[in-house]
Amino acid sequence: MAIKQISVFVENKTGSMVECTSLLAKAGIDLKAMSIAEEQEFGILRLIASDTYTAVTTLKDAGYVVNVKDVVVAEMIDQPGGAGDIIALLAENNISIKYMYAFAGKKSANLILRVDDPAKCENLLKQKGIKLIQESI
Amino acid sequence: MGNYYQQELECAPREKIKAIQDEGLVKTVKKVYENVEYYRKKMDEKGVKPEDIKSQEDLYKLPFLTKEDLREAYPYGLMAEPLENCVRIQSTSGTTGRRVVAFYTQHDIDLWEECCARAIMAAGGTNKDVVQVSYGYGLFTGGPGLNGGSHKVGCLTLPMSSGNTDRQLQFMTDLEATIICCTPSYAAYLAESIYERGIRDKIKLKAGIFGAEAWTEEMRQDIQDKLGIKAYDIYGLTEISGPGVSFECEEQTGMHINEDHFIAEIIDPDTGEVLPEGSVGELVFTSIDKEAFPLLRYRTRDICVLSREKCSCGRTHVKMSKPMGRSDDMLIVKGVNVFPSQIEQVLLQKGLTSNYQIIVDREKNSDTIEVLVEMTSELFSDSVGEITAKEKDVVAGLKSMLGIYAKVRIVEPKSIIRSEGKAVRVIDRRNLYKK
Repeated sequence: MAIKQISVFVENKTGSMVECTSLLAKAGIDLKAMSIAEEQEFGILRLIASDTYTAVTTLKDAGYVVNVKDVVVAEMIDQPGGAGDIIALLAENNISIKYMYAFAGKKSANLILRVDDPAKCENLLKQKGIKLIQESI
Repeated sequence: MGNYYQQELECAPREKIKAIQDEGLVKTVKKVYENVEYYRKKMDEKGVKPEDIKSQEDLYKLPFLTKEDLREAYPYGLMAEPLENCVRIQSTSGTTGRRVVAFYTQHDIDLWEECCARAIMAAGGTNKDVVQVSYGYGLFTGGPGLNGGSHKVGCLTLPMSSGNTDRQLQFMTDLEATIICCTPSYAAYLAESIYERGIRDKIKLKAGIFGAEAWTEEMRQDIQDKLGIKAYDIYGLTEISGPGVSFECEEQTGMHINEDHFIAEIIDPDTGEVLPEGSVGELVFTSIDKEAFPLLRYRTRDICVLSREKCSCGRTHVKMSKPMGRSDDMLIVKGVNVFPSQIEQVLLQKGLTSNYQIIVDREKNSDTIEVLVEMTSELFSDSVGEITAKEKDVVAGLKSMLGIYAKVRIVEPKSIIRSEGKAVRVIDRRNLYKK
């Protein structure tokens, strides 16, 4: 089972991210991880929320265009090579990474990966003894 | 007094012009009825016979023709001459699919070129002048029209066509062009280029004949100041012949319509009713002496007003104002005809069914066009690359449909301005028409 990531379309203009994040805060959503992929005139805000269902409903009701994808969240060892090893492992096994970002959780540093086949990726990582976060962050 | 190409006609008394018009109209209606099945059917439906048209007072009885009719009749449906008598076609810009094609016999070409010759002489041109024709040549009527007119006046004609500014300026200075014919936007661009190159003192221009797109008095003033010339307006449409249907004289207060070749009417665009003199309405033309492609009561979709006030230039033909707008939603962007419905068609083809908006503006003397499309969940992928690829795909589709580059931007849902619940489809920031 993978973690749900919410993607939101935002225009590149002042205040668009403020609007979005304050809306979620008002709805009681706690953001666990966040990243933004930018283009010249728009960006895709990627979020991992404490309550995916409420977050998505809140955003959609406010008129945002949103979608939800499964991401793989792997725990990294907190030492040099912690991230690199995981990335190398995926490369060796021909798993292509669409994008990734990282956050530091309470107990570990974690790598969020978006891949074509999350199930295949999770199985591989588990086999190699890498811990995954699968329930909630 | 003026410089005329055909003084006895351009300054003819009103009675003479009316006689020419009435005679030409009767002949043309008869010819069209006998040779053009498409229009004969329309006349029959209305219960009008050629004998019912004895003079221009009976013009209101005839059915109108529109661009849609021309597209439907493409290619030969409105021809009044056998093909072997035709020597040329010209075609309007911008549309794909069923085009509008106009046919010409040699006689038609001569009449058209005479009208352009009148325009050049009205701008002060004589056979001693060097005329640079920087309108596009080819299917577009701008280049061929002014080229032919320049020949008839006996000027040295430089058939530059459009673009290649370095070459334009090289010939302009080396061959000492005295009259420039091009679009007003290109004239403004040339003026800037001249300034940038510091060659203003090498320019020998005295006049310019500008048309093919709407332009304001401010733009005229700007061109006149920057180039040190007198800027004359010219108007026309391929369906009627090309540029030269009307042209400005030294008074610069409206364009004389060549009434010995065309009858002009102003109608209410909604009801089709002919409006009294001095009314603002849609301009309708009837050809009275064309052979291959004579159109009766062709609706131009241009809104303007006609004036029969005496003109100090001595010409007695009615003057039309600069067009004040259009009665359809057609835009002219970078000299090309653009219908919002064409843009909508491309969007639908690409699977974009959400709200869109067209923004036309002007940057550095050049028209720009941008299409905003609201993002939807169907369209939204998680990948920036996929979204930009979609935008590029639409740009390519628009270029193919319109012939020009239009920017495409995907925007937030519900961000497109609505007025009373209806999306505002077109925002034209160029302010081309005097309010």
